[in-house]
Amino acid sequence: MAYFLQQFVNGLTLGAVYGLIAIGYTMVYGIIGMINFAHGEIYMIGAFIAMIAFAVLGVAGVASVPMALIVVLLLAIVFTAAYGWTVERLAYRPLRGSFRLAPLISAIGMSIFLQNYVQLLQGARVKAMGPLFRGGFVLMEDEGFRVTLSYLQLFIIVLTVALMAGFTLLIQRTALGRAQRACEQDQKMAALCGINVDRTISLTFVLGAGLAAVAGLMSTLYYGVIDFFIGFLVGLKAFTAAVLGGIGSLPGAMLGGVLIGLIEAFWAAYFDAAYKDVAAFSILILVLIFRPTGLLGRPQVEKV
Amino acid sequence: MSAAPLLLSVRAVEAFYGPVRALGGVSLDVFEGEIVTLIGANGAGKSTLLMTICGNPAAAAGTILFDGADITAEATHRIVRRGIAQSPEGRRIFPHMTVIENLLIGTTAAATDGVEDDLARVFDLFPVLKERTHQRGGTLSGGEQQMLAIARALMGRPRLLLLDEPSLGLAPIVVRRIFGVIGELNRAQGMTIFLVEQNAYHALALAHRGYVLANGEIVMQGTGAGLLADERIRAAYLEGGIA
Repeated sequence: MAYFLQQFVNGLTLGAVYGLIAIGYTMVYGIIGMINFAHGEIYMIGAFIAMIAFAVLGVAGVASVPMALIVVLLLAIVFTAAYGWTVERLAYRPLRGSFRLAPLISAIGMSIFLQNYVQLLQGARVKAMGPLFRGGFVLMEDEGFRVTLSYLQLFIIVLTVALMAGFTLLIQRTALGRAQRACEQDQKMAALCGINVDRTISLTFVLGAGLAAVAGLMSTLYYGVIDFFIGFLVGLKAFTAAVLGGIGSLPGAMLGGVLIGLIEAFWAAYFDAAYKDVAAFSILILVLIFRPTGLLGRPQVEKV
Repeated sequence: MSAAPLLLSVRAVEAFYGPVRALGGVSLDVFEGEIVTLIGANGAGKSTLLMTICGNPAAAAGTILFDGADITAEATHRIVRRGIAQSPEGRRIFPHMTVIENLLIGTTAAATDGVEDDLARVFDLFPVLKERTHQRGGTLSGGEQQMLAIARALMGRPRLLLLDEPSLGLAPIVVRRIFGVIGELNRAQGMTIFLVEQNAYHALALAHRGYVLANGEIVMQGTGAGLLADERIRAAYLEGGIA
């Protein structure tokens, strides 16, 4: 039981990171119907910006951890969002109105470009950072096995819940969110209502990249090591999470993220950790075969 | 009527859908405070003209002036923000949004204050929408969707209201209600309306002036009453069509 609980905590933490990235996939799919395969790289860039920002603050002699966290969080979000915006502007917008596969291929190209770009600038070697948080709460103790929720895990879970709640409000309640959903449902009509569709699409990329930046910061803190290739696998898993939850669905992306995190944690705990990726991707295959719309997705046929 | 200022001026406008020429040099005028109707058979290019006025597809040739400004090559959302609202072909209600959300989307083109008053005004025109405030657009009946489409257009406080076949597929009683509201909008609020219709009888009876479009060209024009009395119009557009 104790072991189970510990894996649950670990899985939830992992799932929070996947969920934040999955939102970017699902929103971009919702509004322009393409899978942004470069989104994993945006997350990777977020992780790098976070690590660079920590290093700069360290050199500048900022000793307060909460202060450093807030500054790094903001810097990571702003710079990563700028990357997200630029990618859309350069690689996808010129191809709008082209055949369906064109932006998809462009996304794969962008993904490869960004990996190599970071590799050139930052080198191929793994970058490491010492832990910022130590310690945590002991939730229970059972036959000498201590279930702990580290302060870092708590930080990740609380921040994710807060972001997802804020984001849901943004989409459901604000004019920007309404414009976003209007473009999702009917771009031509959205324009006829006076909505700047291009700008709304840009904002979708900016918002998705901002959330991916937070995920990047989290994994920098959680794992302490990053390299230019981390976006590939994490991106694929977040994509799997988005499909599992129902691509295009915001709550689906969150649910899918948590589920993929839990599946991975439990698989690694009770079966073979070497095959945890296989477990995650088997889920993708099963979902695509048996429930292509995902858990919370709406069926494609809607206009009668 | 022609003493009123010219609000919309379409001059020799051509438009294409791919290689197909949908409009072959259309010219027409709408003066402030008028109801002008454009009638014509299915496929004549009526909806294309309304969409071309809104810049999608943009005119391939000719000019479109709105309130004296050249809007021929402007982006759709900019044209709309100048004060042209459209209730388009097929109504295009956002199906997964509630009635109130659909109406709020319509305010994008208007100033942000006074939304409550605007809502009260459209609920006054279409009381049924008030009862359906939190119902999703996709679940409304055809008539309710048409009312919502017009109400959504009005929420942008347009100076020119473009209506594309508001009677299509609706029961005669609903059609009369909608045409009643269109007339009232014009009389009570001075709203300028450009109405595209296949239902020529209702449209011509309501409009001050009318144009007839066939194969992408204007073939006749005149006052609403004059066109309604014209033998050729009766033969081509009104035979058996009086609903």
